[in-house]
Amino acid sequence: MASNTDFLLALEGVSVSFDGFKAVNELSLYIDKGELRVIIGPNGAGKTTVLDLICGRTKLTEGSIKFKDQEITGLKEQNIVKLGIGRKFQTPSIYEDLTVFENLEISYPRGRDVVGALFWKRTSEITDRVREIARTIFLEDHLDRLAETLSHGQKQWLEIGMLLIQDPELLMLDEPVAGMSVSERAKTAELLKEVIKNRSVIVIEHDMKFVESIAHRVTVLHQGKVLAEGDMATVQANPKVKEVYLGH
Amino acid sequence: MSAATTSNRNLELVGFALVALLIMVVLPLSLDIFRLNLVGKYLTYAFVAVGLVLCWGYTGILSLGQGVFFGLGGYCMAMFLKLEASSVANTKIQSTPGIPDFMDWNQLTELPLYWIPFKSLPFALLAVVLVPTIAAFIVGVAMFKRRVGGVYFAIITQAMAAVMTILIIGRQGYTGGINGMTDLRTLWGWDIRTDHAKYILYFVCCGSLLATMLIGRFVLASKLGRILVAVRDKEDRVRFSGYDVANFKVFVFCLASAMAAVGGAMFTLQVGFMSPSFVGIVPSIEMVIFCAVGGRHSLVGAVVGALAVNWAKTAFSESFPQLWLFAMGGLFIAVVLLFPRGLAGLFTDQIMPLFGKLGRGRGTMAPSPAPAE
Repeated sequence: MASNTDFLLALEGVSVSFDGFKAVNELSLYIDKGELRVIIGPNGAGKTTVLDLICGRTKLTEGSIKFKDQEITGLKEQNIVKLGIGRKFQTPSIYEDLTVFENLEISYPRGRDVVGALFWKRTSEITDRVREIARTIFLEDHLDRLAETLSHGQKQWLEIGMLLIQDPELLMLDEPVAGMSVSERAKTAELLKEVIKNRSVIVIEHDMKFVESIAHRVTVLHQGKVLAEGDMATVQANPKVKEVYLGH
Repeated sequence: MSAATTSNRNLELVGFALVALLIMVVLPLSLDIFRLNLVGKYLTYAFVAVGLVLCWGYTGILSLGQGVFFGLGGYCMAMFLKLEASSVANTKIQSTPGIPDFMDWNQLTELPLYWIPFKSLPFALLAVVLVPTIAAFIVGVAMFKRRVGGVYFAIITQAMAAVMTILIIGRQGYTGGINGMTDLRTLWGWDIRTDHAKYILYFVCCGSLLATMLIGRFVLASKLGRILVAVRDKEDRVRFSGYDVANFKVFVFCLASAMAAVGGAMFTLQVGFMSPSFVGIVPSIEMVIFCAVGGRHSLVGAVVGALAVNWAKTAFSESFPQLWLFAMGGLFIAVVLLFPRGLAGLFTDQIMPLFGKLGRGRGTMAPSPAPAE
């Protein structure tokens, strides 16, 4: 099955088991360049595990994951990041004791070794880039605030910004609108439309309205397997999908 | 950056200046040489506390084995001094003249191979810093690359302190055993036991402590310092931003250990001996207490903490020798419960507001997780 493809990301026959429980089972998934893919599925379907596998947080039991035709299974997390894969966690994962500016600055993809970090110079190029990203994520006026004082929605945006500043080719977002207010959701959808330009994005989401508003293609996971795949209408019409997920 | 950060940086500089004034001018003018020498001894612990601010306060790595590095630094210094004190002329009554007395008592008949380079002062000074740093590097790589952290790391460092003590005591022919290395006399022919020498060594100690604090300041003010805070806060996020977190942890652990080692060497020079009682579990934990009392997010606080707790220890144990250990335990509980950010936190939170609205922005470092990280 180890074929060369034009896909940006190709998962083939991927399985992972925790103490005999197969969280992901013989899963194959292909993401095109520039595609926005939404993964949905009931709790425990293995959605987050799939992201964990791609970014190297969880080691797979069998199968292959290729990014731009390069096998990435077994690579260290930070090296996968350097290839161009960014990951946002489910709960906002930001540095609460640092300011918004510092959060973004640390995420800037340079000076990532000990020596580079010790003799880091904050050039105008970096400051400009931080401001540019801050504008995109609606936090331009909050650069000097400690991140812990941001609202929940703002924290989610900040983490998205921390990924954007790395300009990854593949961005993976785990429930980016969870816990957001209605107006924050609308703004996030707007933000994501900006974000997906020039890159591929995988989004895990529960909120079906939100999914409808952004998705190109939808993959439904159930018990670690792909249950259905296609555009939103096809997937919603699929009787199996209705049964396990949408029909409740 | 923001006004708050700037005024905070100024506040810290004022703190630096006040500490420098206190230890370099006020104390030498007001204390006799016996007391000043005691202060010098307290200050050697401040080196360890400053290292712990970097390692524990900022990065969240609690090491309960800093005594090991303090001891390694101290022993490297003591080995040189001991060899110089064991000249053939000084040791002619021994069955093997020219080797340290404790070796002779333990039936050793020649100097062990690894002792020989310590006849050279430049080598010994280099070893003071390098031996503990390499030891910390090995431990750090072994632990952090395997992602051992938190409580497990603390326990392992504590075990290290125990192992080190047992090793020193057990190999007394090579280390001087439980008595340590005593009867140290001269440094390159210069008698370190005179009052005059004690004055000079005190100021050398102060100077190196201030230099150590400035190095700490430099590291914390760099992007690396902010990455350390980020690691303490959300280690995974740092990793998934493309950083090799283990390298940063190894770096800060090595730096903290090197600082502790310089403190150990200054201890040996000023106190005139080194023994396993400054290496083991109890002194290692005491050093953490100095840092916690002073404020583990403040370099100035750590120095003040080391001075204050040791001064209290001396004062208490002169009047109520049995009560001191209870007081020390009580003090640690009080710090955890009442002022988790130590004296420095107490100062910025409680006292500064009384002096008007000067720099309340960020504190010394933002409020952070419970001390028993």
